[in-house]
Amino acid sequence: MRASLLTSWKVRFGLGVLGLFVLLAIFGPWINRVLLGVDPRANDIGAIASPPSTAHLLGTTQFGQDVLAQTIAGARGSMLVGVLAAGIGTLIAIAVGVPAGYFGGSVDNALNFLTNLFLVMPVLPLILIVAGYVQGTGMWVIALIIGLFGWSGGARTLRAQALSLSSRDFVLAMRMLGEPHRRLIFCEVLPHLSGWISAMFLHGMIGGVLAEAGLAFLGISDSGSISWGTMIQSAQQQSAVLRGFWWWFVPPGLCIALIGTAATLVNFGVDELSNPKLRLARRSVVARTRRAPRPATAGGETR
Amino acid sequence: MRASRRWAFLVRRLGFYLAAAAAAVALNFLLPRLMPGDPSSAIVEELERVSGQQVPAETLMSIRAIFGNPSDNLAEQFVDYLRQLGHFDLGVSVVNFPVPVADLVWQALPWTLLLVGTTTVAAFAIGTLLGVVAGWKAGSRFDALLTPFTTFLSSVPYFWVALLALWVFGFVLGWTPLSGGYDADLPQGFSFAYAVSVLHHGALPAATIIISAFGGWLLGMRNMTVTTVREDYVLLAQAKGLSPGRVMLRYAARNAMLPSFTGFAMALGGVVGGALLTEIVFSYPGIGYLLYEALQKRDYPMMQGVFLLITLAVLLANLVADLAYVVLDPRIRARG
Repeated sequence: MRASLLTSWKVRFGLGVLGLFVLLAIFGPWINRVLLGVDPRANDIGAIASPPSTAHLLGTTQFGQDVLAQTIAGARGSMLVGVLAAGIGTLIAIAVGVPAGYFGGSVDNALNFLTNLFLVMPVLPLILIVAGYVQGTGMWVIALIIGLFGWSGGARTLRAQALSLSSRDFVLAMRMLGEPHRRLIFCEVLPHLSGWISAMFLHGMIGGVLAEAGLAFLGISDSGSISWGTMIQSAQQQSAVLRGFWWWFVPPGLCIALIGTAATLVNFGVDELSNPKLRLARRSVVARTRRAPRPATAGGETR
Repeated sequence: MRASRRWAFLVRRLGFYLAAAAAAVALNFLLPRLMPGDPSSAIVEELERVSGQQVPAETLMSIRAIFGNPSDNLAEQFVDYLRQLGHFDLGVSVVNFPVPVADLVWQALPWTLLLVGTTTVAAFAIGTLLGVVAGWKAGSRFDALLTPFTTFLSSVPYFWVALLALWVFGFVLGWTPLSGGYDADLPQGFSFAYAVSVLHHGALPAATIIISAFGGWLLGMRNMTVTTVREDYVLLAQAKGLSPGRVMLRYAARNAMLPSFTGFAMALGGVVGGALLTEIVFSYPGIGYLLYEALQKRDYPMMQGVFLLITLAVLLANLVADLAYVVLDPRIRARG
């Protein structure tokens, strides 16, 4: 599975783009300091809200800060929230989903009720309200809130998988041998779920980046740190749109869009591998539609 | 036997949603009381900041009479809260004192229902139709171009697309207004000029919602169609010599629609909550904007009222989706 995963161009492209952004998050401050020699917070009073030029490759903000340097520095803030939120969300999903599927019965009933509750609650308004009450938020708190409200889908998947695993012969056999539950869960069930869990983590990370941007846009963010979300938020606050400072809000948004697309491509590739119908259908359907008489009329009748 | 299973399923689901609604009400009651800051002290702080002197004891008492005293017995507070809810009393807005929250919500609701309702239906219709065609002809040029494009669209942060659209069509081209739901110079009412103004203001927000939402429907529908196209009954229908359009819509699409349909019912629940971000980017006078304003000005009663309304609408829509599924998919009944 692992080898064939990399043969899909979608997966390779997606992972490549994600890798680039991870590198940017790690080495961003170094790139700014050593390669570009620009401080993302420094105010260049001589160039306020100026369009891209040779002095400032991506222009400057209303406060004369270099947009390129901010975008590079923002990678760390956004990715940090993404990774933290994904870590918290994945841990909760494992803690709720795996026991529910493994033990079944009343444990399952209680945990499944909790999962369903979080599944149906409207998440964005809930996060807004909570963040509204928790005043003076830092990046950690933002990540915590996003993770706390974003685990339910993953828990449901893990429950279903753990359910099917715990009824397989090898787990049943070990149960009969008197193996303790804790050992079974950690040594037999969890390793078999590692594929799901890593996909979940990737998904959660991208969701976290997007959620942080959305929350920052709504004014819930750590104003002291630089992320793509806080960049767009301050552009919005200074009416960058109404004054035509497009270079201020386009680069951070484009970075988020790129990350989102990359993750979707990876998901796409994984989907095609795990659901053979999506993959097999391709060639045969093409062949069949070629054989079928005038398939183009199909579109006509739908109107 | 079958009918009783169906009823057992429905009763269980109904029980779950009642419990969820109770949890939402309890959460709505507890959150402001567990978190730092309550409406009374927020008002007191604001008054002290504006006047620069301490608020007299009588004023504090009357503020607490309206917005509740945080040091009261929690059970008593909860009973009071439930009694208020029973009368559809959501409290009084702090910022727009003394306008009841229910009145403000009532004013904002039609705007959201109109904008988000129409666009949700439109996005669903467009996405589902295109998805069926893309899935039916998976691997064709149509599919190869449309699917990656919509993948990109659906992974772009929505508010950023909205900002770009506002910049291009509102600022650069000047085709659309930059904010609001109607021309403030016009008297509100059923006049032709007012209707035109509402449509003019709503066009761009509506377009951005449709553009960002139809991709999700398309991708889901495409993948489901690709799966059903491989089923034997579709092959049989084709072998019988039915027209391709008929096979695609009546056989493949009809079964592929099932998950999309439940999704649609849930999306309708989201209509009340509105597209929060849309309304904020375009300063559109709906429920989402109300919540945003309440959040910024720390209008706790308003935040709670709007949140409760959104939550209950979503729960109701989920219940309807469950009911519809029972009618549409016999397998659910069998599993109970």
